[in-house]
Formats: sequence, C-alpha cells, structure tokens
Amino acid sequence: MQKSLHIDPEKCTGCLQCEMACSYENEGIFNPSKSRIKVFTFHDEGRFVPYTCTQCDEAWCMQACPVDAIVLNFVTGAKDILNDRCVGCKVCTIACPFGTVNYNTATGKVIKCDLCGGDPKCAEACPTSAITYIDANATGLERMRMWAAKTDTQVSTHA
Amino acid sequence: MAWTKKILRVNLTDGVISAEPLNMEWAQQYLGQRGLATRYFVEEVDAQVDALSPDNKFIMATGPLTGTMASTGGRYSCITKSPLTGTIACSNSGGFFGAEMKNAGWDMIIFEGKSPTPVYLYVEDDQARLIPADDLWGKSVWATDEEIHKKHQDPQIRIACIGRAAESGNLFAAVVNDLHRAAGRSGVGTVLASKNVKAVALRGTRGVGNIKDMKRFIDTTFEHKKVLAANAVTGAGLPTYGTQVLMNVINELGALPTRNMREVRFEGAHSVSGEAMHEPRASDGKKNLTRNGGCFGCTIACGRISSVDRTHFSVKDKPQYWGNSGGLEYEAAWALGPDTGVDDLDALTYVNFLCNEDGLDPISFGSTVAAAMELFEDGVITTEQTGGIELKFGSAEALVKIAELTARGEGFGKEIGLGSKRLCEKYGRPELSMTVKGQEFPAYDPRGIQGMGLTYATSNRGACHLRSYTVSSEVLGIPIKTDPLATDGKPELVIAFQDATAAVDSSGLCIFSTFAWSLDNIAPQIDAACEGDWSVEKCAEVGARIWQLERDFNMRAGLTGADDTLPKRLLKDAANVGPAEGKVCDLGAMLPKYYELRGWTTEGQLTPETRQRYGLPS
Repeated sequence: MQKSLHIDPEKCTGCLQCEMACSYENEGIFNPSKSRIKVFTFHDEGRFVPYTCTQCDEAWCMQACPVDAIVLNFVTGAKDILNDRCVGCKVCTIACPFGTVNYNTATGKVIKCDLCGGDPKCAEACPTSAITYIDANATGLERMRMWAAKTDTQVSTHA
Repeated sequence: MAWTKKILRVNLTDGVISAEPLNMEWAQQYLGQRGLATRYFVEEVDAQVDALSPDNKFIMATGPLTGTMASTGGRYSCITKSPLTGTIACSNSGGFFGAEMKNAGWDMIIFEGKSPTPVYLYVEDDQARLIPADDLWGKSVWATDEEIHKKHQDPQIRIACIGRAAESGNLFAAVVNDLHRAAGRSGVGTVLASKNVKAVALRGTRGVGNIKDMKRFIDTTFEHKKVLAANAVTGAGLPTYGTQVLMNVINELGALPTRNMREVRFEGAHSVSGEAMHEPRASDGKKNLTRNGGCFGCTIACGRISSVDRTHFSVKDKPQYWGNSGGLEYEAAWALGPDTGVDDLDALTYVNFLCNEDGLDPISFGSTVAAAMELFEDGVITTEQTGGIELKFGSAEALVKIAELTARGEGFGKEIGLGSKRLCEKYGRPELSMTVKGQEFPAYDPRGIQGMGLTYATSNRGACHLRSYTVSSEVLGIPIKTDPLATDGKPELVIAFQDATAAVDSSGLCIFSTFAWSLDNIAPQIDAACEGDWSVEKCAEVGARIWQLERDFNMRAGLTGADDTLPKRLLKDAANVGPAEGKVCDLGAMLPKYYELRGWTTEGQLTPETRQRYGLPS
C-alpha cells in the first residue's frame, strides 16, 4: 500500500518538532533552516500551517530536470533527488509551483522531501497528529469519519 | 556539548563586537542560561552598580538544550541587575528567539556599555553588526518587528525588542520576542532601553549539534515526550486551558488575591477564566480563544492565541486590534482581572495585547494599577493626579485607559510605570504596595498557600511564583501533596523547588515541563546532550549553587535579611473567606528554618562554610 503525508493544519501548534526531525534525519543536526517541511505562522489569523512536497504524479520538478537527477521511487512514490547527478542548476526550484524544492547553498544541491524512504520523521515527531502518514488512496478517511459521526448524531437526535 | 561554546560580546560604547569561547569550567558548575549567565554577570559587574548606568551589563543566554528536539527546549533568559528591585534580574522567555540564537551559533550575547545613539543588533550566523535605530525609537514592539523584517526582506528573522514603555523609563518594562512572548519581569526591558538598544534580530542557519550521544538523546527525549503527553496537566489541562486552568481552582481555594490583596476570592473569577475563554461570545459567536500555540520544540503548547470581540468598547474603533495575538495566561489574567476587580474578559485581553505591543510586565502593571485603585478609593489620589480617570476597583474603562497611557509612558501612566512600591511611597502609603523587594506579587495568596509566602519572601528577584512553584505540591499534589495551610516542611519543600527550578532554568527547558517531569526525567536528557556527568544529584547541586550565587550578589548589592519579608497585609490581616479564613501567612514559622537549611546566618547572610561548599567566587 502506498502512503502519503497528510497534513491537518487545524491540529498544528507551530512547535517545529517536524522541522527538527526532518533536519536531523537529513543533516544529522537540529536545523530548521534546512528542513524539507516548513511550518508557516499566520499570526493575525492564529493559524499554523505545515507545508511540504506533495509528491505530484506528473512532477514538474522531475520533468524540468535537465540531468535526470530527480527520479520516482517506486516503493514510496516519492520523487527523490540523486545527489551525485544534481548539478545545482535550480530549474526544478523554478518548475515547482509550490516552492517545495529548494537550493542548499552549503552543498550546491537542491533538497526536497523524500518521505524519508517510507518512514517520514516529521510525522513521527508531530505531537498532535497534524502530520500523519496514511494510505494514499484514503487521505480523506478521517474527515469522512468525523462527518459521518456528526451525521449519525443528527439522525439520533431527530429519532 | 550541546553548548555552541561561543559567546558574542557587544560593546555598545565603542561599537566593537567580538566572539569569545565559552568558559567550560563554569559550564560544568552552572550548566547554562540562568546559572551560567549569572556567573559571568557577577564576575564582570559590581553588585553596587546603578542598574540604569552604562556599567550595568545585559546578557541574553540560552541553555544547552535550547534549540534541540527535547520538548520545551526553546527557552532563553535575560540576566542583568534590575532597576525595579536592585537585585539580580533573570527573566525567562519562550517563543523562537532563543533557538534562533543557538542556530546562529551562539550560547550567549553580552551587552556592555551604552550606545551613543539608538541601535539594534543584527546577527546572521557568524556576522554581527549594530545598525542605527533612530527611525525605530518611539515605535511599539509590533511596529519595530514589522519594520526590521521589511528592512532585511527576510521573514525568517527572529526578533526581541523593547516598546515605548521601556523607552519612557517604565521600571517594569519587558523584552518581547516573536511579538508576544516576553522576558517579562523585573524591568529587563528598561535596562536594554537605558543602553539605547531597541532590538536584537537574529537569523541562524547553522543548526544545533554538538550532542554528546545523539542516539541516546533522541531516544530519551522521545520517551520523555510521551511522559508529557500522558500527564493530565501537560497532556490535557495546559493544552486545553493554558495556565488559565488555574483561575477557578485557585479561587475555590480562597487563594486568589483580589482588589490589591484585600480579599482572597473574586466573585467574577469565572468570567475571566480559562473556561470562559472557550465560551462563544454573544456578538459573533466566536470564542475568545482561537487556538493553543507552542513555543519552539514544545509538545505541551499551553500558549493562548486569542482575539478581542470587535464590538467591545476597547477596540470597536481600532481595527488594528481585531486580529489574533497572544492571549491571557493565568498570571496576567489575575493581575489585570481579580487584582483590579475587573471581570471583563475582552478588556483584559485587549490590555494584555497592549502589554505585548509595548513591552509591559502585565503582572507588575496590573498589581500597580490595583495599588493605585486603592489609593484612589482611599482619597489619597484623585482625578487631579489621574488626569480625569475614575480609577475605581472593577472599572474596565479605567483599566483600559490607564493601560494605553502606561504602554506609551504618557500622563498618569508615567506614575504607574514607577511600580507599586515607589508609587505607594510617593503618596505616603507604602503599606498598600503588594511587593517583595520592590517586585509585585503574582497570583497566589500566601495566606491560603503558605509555601508561596516563603517563596515570595526569599525569591532572589523579588516576589515571583517562578522561583519555587510550590503550588504544584500544595494545590496540585505534584510530586506529592502537601497541606497548603501548613507551614511544617515548607522550608524543605521551597528549597527543593528553588534548586530544581534553577537547574531547569539553566538547561534551556521550560519550567512548565515540571508538572510532569522531575529532575529524574530531566537529568537524563541533559546528560545525553552535555559533556560531563549530569546525574540528578549534580543537577540539584548546580541548582543550589546558582541559588547561593544569586543570593550572594543580592547581599553584595546591599540587601539584607530584613528584605525577606511580606507586606503587612499578608502577615497581619487574616483571609476573610474560604479554607484559609482567619489565617495570615505565618512567615515567621518558616524563615528561620529556611535560613538554617540554606547555610545562612540568622541575618540571612551566607556563611564562609556555605560559600566554600558551593565554590562561590570570592
């Protein structure tokens, strides 16, 4: 079963545990500035929104790469960067409509989410389940369940 | 390890900035943040210094766990000599600023001297420079934050700054970081203003490494996050209600200081409680509380994010206050509410916004307004002094007006900015000031919670709940339940809490973690990260050493045992209602034993043996 990251901003408290887990997994230290997932704070609205690569099927970053350094991981569905091929041209950072591929000046390569090879550390670190790793074919299941529960309540109150 | 082992020293007088290695011998004795910065401070600053002179220094310090994945590891502290109390000041804050300092590669920033003109410090990893801030002087915290982000075209900068209150000389002005987290107490913002420093802006991309045993650290911090999640307070009470979970609890206990501590129970407590923040309001059906928010790395997330009812008198013509910002925490809600007799949740939320916007300690502010209200009701001050404000207990309109004036340092707000002690002395009624060593009380009446009386009297920064929060034990039963009305065993309890707290405050972790964690949980996390052996015993010993060092500084500054006391109201006037009815705070039954256990003379001075035992500097 293929899984995908599922983000529910309603549950996010903005603590950045995900950014630390991501940077630790990829860089070996705690460094939110190098995280592949970012939490955005909308202060006036009182909202926190984690955001990262959604692993597009027709991945524009992958199609734009002139040296085939971005490849499909058939197991996870992630679009992985091959560091030994990446030449740091940054075309993928332009091609991605969501901004989730970014250049790392320290290495001269681009970085993006690779789902940690199928065990995403952001989801593991999230204390509120705002980030989960679930069946890619049923990411709406929890929301359906929630509404189903409400629907059921209405039926029973009217009964 | 976990320390970056680097200090940034900023000489404001001559504009020279330099890097220096961290003193690792001291790091083993004082850990970091509160303890280690105090060690630097006492080494470099004469205890007799005038707090607002260029000879005072100002340190921003992180702990070894700041910026790591340890839950709540996002804290930093501001250490200086307080203009409010004349004691050591150490104000701790969360948000994201502390972690950014570590990410930029610095354990501490030491400011010395005084800049000839307003400046702000900008740090981007190894690069640091002072930038003119003439255009920012006179602006609020919120405006300054916006301007600096705009100027550098970088939304990821983390900023701590002062507002107009500090610039006006208000003696309880805060340093506010990330718009609504504050190093709030003891006037640390006032010191920064005296040095002409408007802000500190940080951008760190280096990350935090240097962990002694990374695998063990990841494992132990992961396990301990589960402990926080499973605990009723840190896993449910705090995320749902924030520290405001306490309002109704403390009121029931008859320990909610009301109307300048004349009473111990407030009839309007529910209206300003954590529960009330969840109730839909009539005008728009929205709740006061929008959601909870976490500081850096915190898996508890007790922070309140709130909005004010747009139809409320305080903001109806001010759309700039219609958005969300940091909402009421318990101590602020108490000082602005029960202590002034105001039960209007929207007024309190708006005033709390003003405290964030211009950098005021809401505890000292509310408590000083409460004292002024008593002066007003006694006819000692009139509308002549207040500029026409009917400063009566319970008046939300008066509270709002006086907050606007105090935030900007205008009119009668200038006098409020003196703090309760100086204000009451000025009008010849010193007994109406509810302070210890010049600092205003927080939200626990020591007649109903006796251990807090000893806590306040002996706190090294004046009245403060965060130096030994025995409420945990006396009210919540953490780690063991003690009788709040008893004095037996309280000196031992207070000392244990003081020492453990000093260690936690020096680690980079948040003291609120200790509703679930003891040093048994915290020491292994420090030990996995930091070189050396960090057993529970060593952490407690380091905590005790820090306490003695702070005390030693205060004694050198000219304080004496006579300052370890409480206002007469709490020692002589019995509680009028509730479980503590008929009781006063029996400080006399606790203090001598406390001195003895601390290794102090009957006058409260450190003995030579005590100094030697903890290896204090001569």
